[in-house]
Amino acid sequence: MRLSDILFLAYTTLIRYPLRTIMLLIATSIGVMAVILLTAVGEGARDYITGEFRNLGTNLLIVIPGRNETSGGGGPIDLAGLSPRPLTIEDAQSLSQIDNIRRIAPVVIGEAPAQYDGLERSASIIGTTPEFLSIRQWEMESGSFLPGASMRYSPPVCAIGKEIKSELFGDAVAVGEWIRIGDRRCRVAGVIAEEGRAIGIDVQKTVVIPVALGTALFNRDSLFRIIVDVRTTSRMDQTKQSILSIIKRRHQGKEDITVIKQDTVLQSFDNIFNVLTMALGSIASISLLVAGILIMNVMLVAVSQRQAEIGLLKAIGAKNKQINNLFVVEAIMLSGSGAIMGLILGHSITQVLKVAFPDFNFLPPMWASYVSLIVALISGIIFGLLPARRAAKLDPVEALSGNK
Amino acid sequence: MIRLEKLSRKFHVGNQVVHALDEVDLEINPNDYVSIMGVSGSGKSTLLNILGLLDTPTSGDYILSGINTSKMDDDEMAGIRSTKIGFIFQSFHLIPRLTAFENIEMPMILSGINPNERSMKVNSALEKVGLTDRSDHKPEQLSGGQRQRVAIARSIVMEPDVLLADEPTGNLDTTSGNEVVKLIEELNLAGLTLIVVTHDREMGERSNRLIELRDGKIINDQRKS
Repeated sequence: MRLSDILFLAYTTLIRYPLRTIMLLIATSIGVMAVILLTAVGEGARDYITGEFRNLGTNLLIVIPGRNETSGGGGPIDLAGLSPRPLTIEDAQSLSQIDNIRRIAPVVIGEAPAQYDGLERSASIIGTTPEFLSIRQWEMESGSFLPGASMRYSPPVCAIGKEIKSELFGDAVAVGEWIRIGDRRCRVAGVIAEEGRAIGIDVQKTVVIPVALGTALFNRDSLFRIIVDVRTTSRMDQTKQSILSIIKRRHQGKEDITVIKQDTVLQSFDNIFNVLTMALGSIASISLLVAGILIMNVMLVAVSQRQAEIGLLKAIGAKNKQINNLFVVEAIMLSGSGAIMGLILGHSITQVLKVAFPDFNFLPPMWASYVSLIVALISGIIFGLLPARRAAKLDPVEALSGNK
Repeated sequence: MIRLEKLSRKFHVGNQVVHALDEVDLEINPNDYVSIMGVSGSGKSTLLNILGLLDTPTSGDYILSGINTSKMDDDEMAGIRSTKIGFIFQSFHLIPRLTAFENIEMPMILSGINPNERSMKVNSALEKVGLTDRSDHKPEQLSGGQRQRVAIARSIVMEPDVLLADEPTGNLDTTSGNEVVKLIEELNLAGLTLIVVTHDREMGERSNRLIELRDGKIINDQRKS
């Protein structure tokens, strides 16, 4: 029996019962469409999150005190002091001897009250160097960031977040005014335009001060971390080794720091979202399974409806295998065309969503299309097999007489 | 060409065993025209089904063209049905969604013959049954007589040795019934072995040989002189 003939015969059954065919096509296409849409959302979320991270620059290395492999949440809990040996400003300075390092921003963080003209509010304090601005790619709303000076000594100057500015100064000009932070006084050099978060801190509620002032303010000699901006990203690993060996030398041969790449963080988010997308896809595939069972059900009905025809085919010389093939192909055609319809629908709806929500990037991954198509075809084969076998095994005499 | 030796077919109905055919011995010559008659339950349909390899005997042998069919598997029997045996049924058994042409083509589709050859043979079969102008019609657009003629065209398109007809005129009025009978008798004159199951005595007596069954046994076997 020729393939073209099998396809033709299966096709004639599909157009003979249009309602049945349309219902099954809808069932399968909804399954495939669900896979496409859900994975598009998952993949879009991944793209959004990793995009946010990538904004921070993939050329960053982060040096944190303590020899812990997990980067953790990095919250204030593993804030210095607890590690065997503090990571100091001198450590940060020593890194400047590495060629491939363009900028170094040691960071110390904490909380302190900020006061101006009788008003007081609690602020997150970041003690760092002027390089921090370009590493974070922040913009200034007015004034300037920290002045360029050595890490050890710096004039008492600060840059404040927008919320701090409006709460302490209202509409008045803040630049040039002196505010009190904890027990220190410093002059406001500028207001930071940034509205997002950095190192888990809301930038708008932050006061940025020179790192030396920070260690003095919190009376602590260990840094929270050192952020390093690398010149050539291809030499990242080499730079990481250099950092480790320099600090090790300074720490009496003890390797008590951890250097993480921005990439590593990005990678773990990437992995999390990949798993999430796959989970969404698998959940959606369940609807494909349901469609498959529906196809099986309808094919079983078809077999009993077409008993006489099956008997006739046997009488005129059809082998059992041929009957089997006819029914399997019919099931595959149903699930296959349903899947193609679902792919078209899924991708069209994604396009519509892209227009409706331009901020969120809906990205149906390629694998979702392939996998859903293949799963649909396989479920067609598997769920078509049982009815087809039943048809092939019918006794020709009974089938011809139409008895069960 | 057909020889049955001590052929029996038993059915189990509840606790009872029914002997549909009881040690039947029968020989049918090539190009013969045989009618099989009997009341319902006499075993005539079972005999036809066994002759057509749709059913297998419980015991005994069925030798067709010198080949013993008793040990054949499903596929081998399907092969014989495809090439050596043609069927006509009381209820025509056309596939409703296919045209007359496609229905006639079906046995050739199943045996994988190429479309050009198929088309030629279908056209010549249509011509033989006088339905050339109906080739694109679906069964529902044809009269009963025309449907049976399509079925006859389908049964001879593979050029079988034997044509088995099960009450071929049972669903037809007298006029179209006569046309159908004439048609299959012409095929018999052209060399086809014709075996007809009927309960219509008038039709039975047209044949060269009339076999009567009762309770699974041949009770009468008469040949026209």
